[in-house]
Amino acid sequence: MGLEERLPDEGVVTTTLEQAVNWGRKFSLFPLTFGLACCAIEQITSGVSRFDISRFGSEVFRASPRQADLMIVSGRVSNKMAPVIKRLYDQMLEPKWVIAMGICASAGGPFNNYAIIQGVDKIIPVDVYTPGCPPRPEALFYAITLLQQKIQKDKFRDRAYGRQLAAEAARGQA
Amino acid sequence: MTAETIATAQATAAASHPYNEVVPGAVLEATKTGLVVSPDRIVELARYLRDEQGYDYCSMVTSIDWPQYFEVVYYLYGAATPKDALVLRVRLTDKANPVMPSLTSVWRGADFQEREVYDLMGVRFEGHPNLRRILLWEGFEGHPLRKDYKEPYFEEESKPFKSRHPDGAHQWAEDRVPWKDNVSYPVGWDPDLWRSPEVQYRRIMGVDEATGNGDGLRTERILVNMGPQHPSTHGVFRMVIAVEGENVVGLEPEMGYLHRCHEKIGERNTYIMNIAFTDRLDYVSSMSNNLGYVLAVEKLMGLQVPERAEYIRVIMAELTRIISHLIAVGFLFNDLGAYFTPALYGMRERELILDLFEAAAGSRMMCNYMRFGGVMADLPAGWVERARNLVWNRLPKVMEDFENLLSGNEIFQSRTHGVGVLTAAEAINYSMSGPMLRASGVPYDVRRAEPYSIYDRFEFDVCSRPEGDVWARFRVRMDEIYQSLRILKQALDGLPEGPIMPPGKKQYQVRVPAGEAYARIEGPKGELGFFVVSDGKPNPYRYHVRAPTFINLTSLEKMTLGHKIADAVVILGAVDIVLGEVDR
Repeated sequence: MGLEERLPDEGVVTTTLEQAVNWGRKFSLFPLTFGLACCAIEQITSGVSRFDISRFGSEVFRASPRQADLMIVSGRVSNKMAPVIKRLYDQMLEPKWVIAMGICASAGGPFNNYAIIQGVDKIIPVDVYTPGCPPRPEALFYAITLLQQKIQKDKFRDRAYGRQLAAEAARGQA
Repeated sequence: MTAETIATAQATAAASHPYNEVVPGAVLEATKTGLVVSPDRIVELARYLRDEQGYDYCSMVTSIDWPQYFEVVYYLYGAATPKDALVLRVRLTDKANPVMPSLTSVWRGADFQEREVYDLMGVRFEGHPNLRRILLWEGFEGHPLRKDYKEPYFEEESKPFKSRHPDGAHQWAEDRVPWKDNVSYPVGWDPDLWRSPEVQYRRIMGVDEATGNGDGLRTERILVNMGPQHPSTHGVFRMVIAVEGENVVGLEPEMGYLHRCHEKIGERNTYIMNIAFTDRLDYVSSMSNNLGYVLAVEKLMGLQVPERAEYIRVIMAELTRIISHLIAVGFLFNDLGAYFTPALYGMRERELILDLFEAAAGSRMMCNYMRFGGVMADLPAGWVERARNLVWNRLPKVMEDFENLLSGNEIFQSRTHGVGVLTAAEAINYSMSGPMLRASGVPYDVRRAEPYSIYDRFEFDVCSRPEGDVWARFRVRMDEIYQSLRILKQALDGLPEGPIMPPGKKQYQVRVPAGEAYARIEGPKGELGFFVVSDGKPNPYRYHVRAPTFINLTSLEKMTLGHKIADAVVILGAVDIVLGEVDR
């Protein structure tokens, strides 16, 4: 059973480094302990025994952004909170991913007025949007599995290229 | 009778008001909805009411923007000896510069609420110790709850927006709003260079405005910032703490990081649309929020609720209380370092109750279950048996587990006894409510003091403890779970058959007669009040929520002073805040 039976006698697998690294990354996401609003309660619930987020390899919530690589934006983002979220995102180390949990973080939700930013993607890049108000823990898990698929397809070159573009943009500004 | 004679009659009636004999000229008019008080004499009158008349509890402060004047409303009750509401109304006719004296010198509980009125309505309170914005950020232009405030992309006064579907077809509102983006910038303003004005926290740093550093020496006082991203602040709450060594010498709560102006949204919505928004106030106990809001509107509409619906409401509200207290206790232990284990036990039981909610309302968390006059849907088949099993068999065992695991724990005992003490008099003066008030030895429970729904039929004890510390708050919450189970047993036994809504066609639009109503319930976290002013239109004219945890935070500094910084976390945990409600 399992992987070892399918391996040839030598126990050697050839793959690309990219594939192997991405495989490791996608099953060890460290989410940031960062709850905003109602969705944060469902985020906590996803960690309890009935749902158990550790089945997806991402149960280690870190309180410091420097130790986390997944930010779950769980709730409405107000104008007062926006600079804080931007700063937290900037403090996280590459590679890093963002899940917009719930309709508020995705698109403002029912709160359409001066105080709320209509979607967290106005300030930070978002990888997966999760609908729901609030999404059930299962919906959050679906978002995580989607994110895992995305991570598996991650290209090192794209990240390097992205950094290059950013550097060029910064030079252009200066 | 002409208008003039009525006015004279009112004036003479007011002049002979008993309070005017003590504080001459204080009461200008005695209306059905309270006493109109002169702003010049209100402090004097308030002191008299507190000291001589027993109105020691300033429950709610809010304001209304009428076309001719701003009206600031104070709801007073008696907490030491329960008294019915006394409403003071101050009319400020100078709409350009509304100023009135602050009542914080009489009731400290008015502190945050007056700041909120200043922030959202722009009424200045003279003599307030720390009058600055509380929910919005420094540098915000305007006061959003004023009726003339037009926000960016403003469309129409009230929902449903006609502009969205002009000929049955959808259009982007932004393309056709008459106000366009409605944003105007000062000349030469550069958004990239703008920084919000820095808050100096002079008050807690003990820095004198005039002389700089008080004694002219460099002190060792430093500011420690906790939050808004901090694992133990229960959400995006921020505490700015001034410390000398480990000792807390000053504390300033900062909030508003979840502010979405629930009240502004509520004034734009129709009455029934608001029920869904109340779910998102205190998102751990949505059923209680529903109940408070529908009670307020039912008061205005004069609706009679069918018997079965009343019972269902009580059952839901008490189940919600159990959830809320289980989570509160669990996360209090989280703050003490018992990382997540007690919270997980609490969450496990919460799931079972949420299953019941889901079966009845269709949603786990955001139940949106109560309606004006009843509830949204009847209980499905088998629901009562499941609830009975939970209440009679499962939850009492869980409580036993909790007692065995937590209550006797030695570390817990030594960390909580004598920490964050509030005396009874202080708790009342700071307008504490719910378990916070009862843990300070004031057995005040809205369910008993002013019974709403059918709470007068049930037998239960009002739990209170004399100590006033974190331990007492924990104990009161645990005891209240037992009392909730007691109420649930009676309610499940007595649940009658029958309709769940008053007879008549179901309606999306309800007619609410003009008037004003304030309904308060004993929510899990304290006294939850909904203040609704109707002018007969489909939308409320003014809608205000008395958020218990917001007002309970008023005393946070008082409780924390003199303790170590590690205790600040525990004291905050015992307040049991939910930011959706604090920031609204």
